[in-house]
Amino acid sequence: MSINSVGPRWRAALAGTVGVGLVLGLAACGDGGGDDSGEDTPSAAAIDCAQFSSFGDLKGKTVSIYTGIITPEDKPQIDSYKPFEQCTGVTVKYEGDKAFETQVLVRAKAGNPPDLAYVPQPGLLAQLVATGKAVEAPKSVSDNVDKFFGKDWKAYGTVNDKFYAAPLGANVKSLVWYSPSEFKENNYKVPTTLDELKTLSDTIAAKDKKPWCAGIASGEATGWPITDWMEDFMLRLSGPEKYDQWVKHQIPFNGPDSSAALDAVGGYLKNDKYVNGGYGDVKSIATTTFQDGGLPIVDGGCSLHRQANFYAANWDKDTKVAEDGDVFAFYLPGKDASSKPVLGGGEFVVSFANRPEVQAFQTYLSTDTWANAKAKLSQGWVSANKGLDVNNLSSPIDKLSAGILQDPKAVFRFDGSDQMPAAVGSNAFWKQTTSWITGQDTKTTVDNIEKAWPK
Amino acid sequence: MTDTLAFWPFDPVETTSGKVVQMLAAILVFIAIMGIILFLASLAKGRSGDRAVGYLYLAPTLLMLLVGLVYPGLRTVWQSFFNAAGDAFIGLDNYATIFSDADQLTVLRNTVFWVVVTPFVATAVGLIYAILVDKARLESAAKALIFLPMAISFVGASIIWRFVYEYRPNQGSVKQIGLLNQVLVWLGAEPHQWLIDSPLNTFLLIVVMIWIQAGFAMTVLSAAIKAIPDDVIEAARLDGVTAFGMFRFITLPSIRPAVVVVLTTIGIATLKVFDIVRTMTGGQFNTSVVANEFYSQSFRSDNQGLGAALAVLLFVLVIPIVVYNIRQLRASEAR
Repeated sequence: MSINSVGPRWRAALAGTVGVGLVLGLAACGDGGGDDSGEDTPSAAAIDCAQFSSFGDLKGKTVSIYTGIITPEDKPQIDSYKPFEQCTGVTVKYEGDKAFETQVLVRAKAGNPPDLAYVPQPGLLAQLVATGKAVEAPKSVSDNVDKFFGKDWKAYGTVNDKFYAAPLGANVKSLVWYSPSEFKENNYKVPTTLDELKTLSDTIAAKDKKPWCAGIASGEATGWPITDWMEDFMLRLSGPEKYDQWVKHQIPFNGPDSSAALDAVGGYLKNDKYVNGGYGDVKSIATTTFQDGGLPIVDGGCSLHRQANFYAANWDKDTKVAEDGDVFAFYLPGKDASSKPVLGGGEFVVSFANRPEVQAFQTYLSTDTWANAKAKLSQGWVSANKGLDVNNLSSPIDKLSAGILQDPKAVFRFDGSDQMPAAVGSNAFWKQTTSWITGQDTKTTVDNIEKAWPK
Repeated sequence: MTDTLAFWPFDPVETTSGKVVQMLAAILVFIAIMGIILFLASLAKGRSGDRAVGYLYLAPTLLMLLVGLVYPGLRTVWQSFFNAAGDAFIGLDNYATIFSDADQLTVLRNTVFWVVVTPFVATAVGLIYAILVDKARLESAAKALIFLPMAISFVGASIIWRFVYEYRPNQGSVKQIGLLNQVLVWLGAEPHQWLIDSPLNTFLLIVVMIWIQAGFAMTVLSAAIKAIPDDVIEAARLDGVTAFGMFRFITLPSIRPAVVVVLTTIGIATLKVFDIVRTMTGGQFNTSVVANEFYSQSFRSDNQGLGAALAVLLFVLVIPIVVYNIRQLRASEAR
C-alpha cells in the first residue's frame, strides 16, 4: 500500500483528525510546561509565620506582581519575599518593566491586571482606581498602615475616602549633595537656612567656581528634576498648607506663590554665576542627563547638587558615599532653622484581586517585619515605616534619609507633580519647565501650565 | 474553576525550556488550524465548492484584519469624539484643539517640515548617488556604504546621531564627545547645543531619517536606471545629448514610476516617524510630531480623546499618499 493509493478525501480527513488531535493534546502540553519555576530558596531570616494563619492554607498558590523596579533594585525586593514564601508556600511572581507606568494602565483597562502593582504616584493610583479594576485594601493592611505609618502616608494611598494602597518604599528629595572634603578644606558649614544656602553659594561663586550643577534630561520625562526643585521651594516659601492647595489646584498654578517659588529656583538654576558647574551655561542643564547632573562634584567641577537620596546609585563604584567620604548629602534647609519641610516620594501597593494569598502578601508588605528584612538586604532604600530600625540600614545615606523621614519635627509632603493630573504632572509641568530653563520667562511658563490643567 | 485557565499554554513563561515549549505549541496550533481548514475545504465539491474553498482560505486573514485592524480603527475614530477620560461626547473639540492649541500647532508645523523635506531630499540624495556610482569601479562597495544605515533600527540610528550632536562646554579639562561639536572646536568655533534650538533641531532630526532612507532610495533607483534599455541610451548618444540632457530626457522619464514609489514610500514612513523623535529629544524643545504627540497624549498625558484624534489625523494624512502610490503602481503595471 503506497502513499499514492490514499485518495484525496482520505488525506484531507487525516489532516483534520491530526489537527483536532493536536489541539486536544496541547492542553496536556501546556499543563506540563507551565509551572517549573520552583527552585530551592536560600534560607532567610526566620519570621513569625503565625500572622498568616488566618488566611488559611495557601500552599501552591501564586501572587503576581508588576512593577517599575528593575535590575539591580529588583534583587533585594525578590529576596525580601522569601520569608513569606517559606511560611505560606505561596510563590511570588515578580515582573519588572521599564514601561510600567504606561503599561499598568493599559493592562488594567484591558482587564489583564496583575494581582499587585507597585505604583510610584498617587496620581496614577487615582487613574487605576478610576478603571474600576483596583480593589480596596483589606482590614489587616489598613490596620498595619495605621500602626506603622503616618496619617499623611495613609492619605496618599486613599482615593475618594477609600483606602487602597499601603506605602512600600520611600525616598527623600530635599537633599543637596556635596563634597565633605571640599567643605572641610574651605571651612564651609552645612547651611541650616535658605539664606545661609544663598550665602554659601555666593562664597563659592566668589572663588570663580560655579557652585551648582544640574541636569534635567531624562528622555520624554525631561524636566522632572526642575519640578522637584519648584516643589521644594513652594513648600519652603509658602508653607505646607499653601503647598497642598497648590497641588490640588485650589489655588491657580499661575498665582503669586507659584511664581515666587519658580523665581526662587531661577535664582539658582538660571543664575549664570551659579550654574552649570562642569557642564557650561544655564542651557546646558537641559541637555545634561539627570544621572550625570551631580557627577562634577567628584572632580571639582561644582560643589552642590540638589537631588533625591536615590541619586546615590549614580556615583562611581570607587566614590565613597559617607559623611567622611567623597560625597554626601545634607538636608535642603527650610526658610529658617525651626521649620523642617521634607519633599519625598514612594511606591504604593495597589491590589487588583482579593484572593486570600494576595491579601496575605499585601499584609506582609505592610509590616515592620518586611521593612526590616528589606533594609538588611538592600542599599539605597528606605521606608516611611515607623517600625523600621535605622540600624538595619547599611549605607550612611540611607540612615540619613530614614532619620529625616522619622524626625518628628519634619513636615513631610509627597512630590506634587506625582499627584497632579497626568496632563500636568507628566506632561505640561515637565515640558514648560524645560522651556523655562532654555529661556522662556516665568510668567509664560506658569500661565501655560495653568492652561494645561484639565477642566 | 479559575484554575482551569492555568492549562492555557500562552501565559508568559520565564524559562528557556518553557519558551521553546510555547513556540512548539504555537506551531502546532498553526498546523492544526491549517489541517482543519484543509479538511473542511475537501468537503466542498464542484464550481461553488471552489468558491467556498477560496473563502475558507481567506477567512483567517479576514478575521484577523477585522479583529486587529478594522475594529481598533473604528474604535479609535469613535474615541476621538470623546473627552480625556473617554466618558463624555464632545464632538469635534479634540480636532479643534489640534488646529488651535499653540503646542499642537507646533506639532503640525514640525510634521509638515518632516513630510516636505525628508522624501525629496532622501530621494534626491539616493538618485544622485545612484547616477554617480552607476558603472563606476567598486560600484557595489560604494552602494553598500550608503545602504548600511538601512540595516540599523531607527532607535539605534537615533542613539548614534545623539552622540554626533552631543554637547560639552569648551572649557579646560572637559573634552567634546560629540562629532559635530568637536569639528567646530577644531575649526576654532564654540561648541553649540544643537538639539535645543527650534526649529533647527527638527531639521537635525530629519537628517537622521534621510541618512537611513537615502540607501533605500539609492537601491531602488539604481535598479531602475540599470533597467533602461541600452538602445535608447545609444540612440540618445548618437543624437549628441549632453550629460544633463541624458538625465533630463532619458533617465528621469524612464525611472519616473520608481521615483514615485520611492517618494511615496518614504513619505508614508516619514508621516509615521516616532522612534527618532522619542529617542533623541522625547518630543521636548518643540520637536514633537503627530505620531509622537499621539503616544504622549494617549499614554502619558492620559488624554485618550486627543490621542485618538491625532491618530485619526495621521491616518487621514497617509490615505492620499497610499492611494497615489497604488494608482502609480497600477499605471506602471498596465504599460
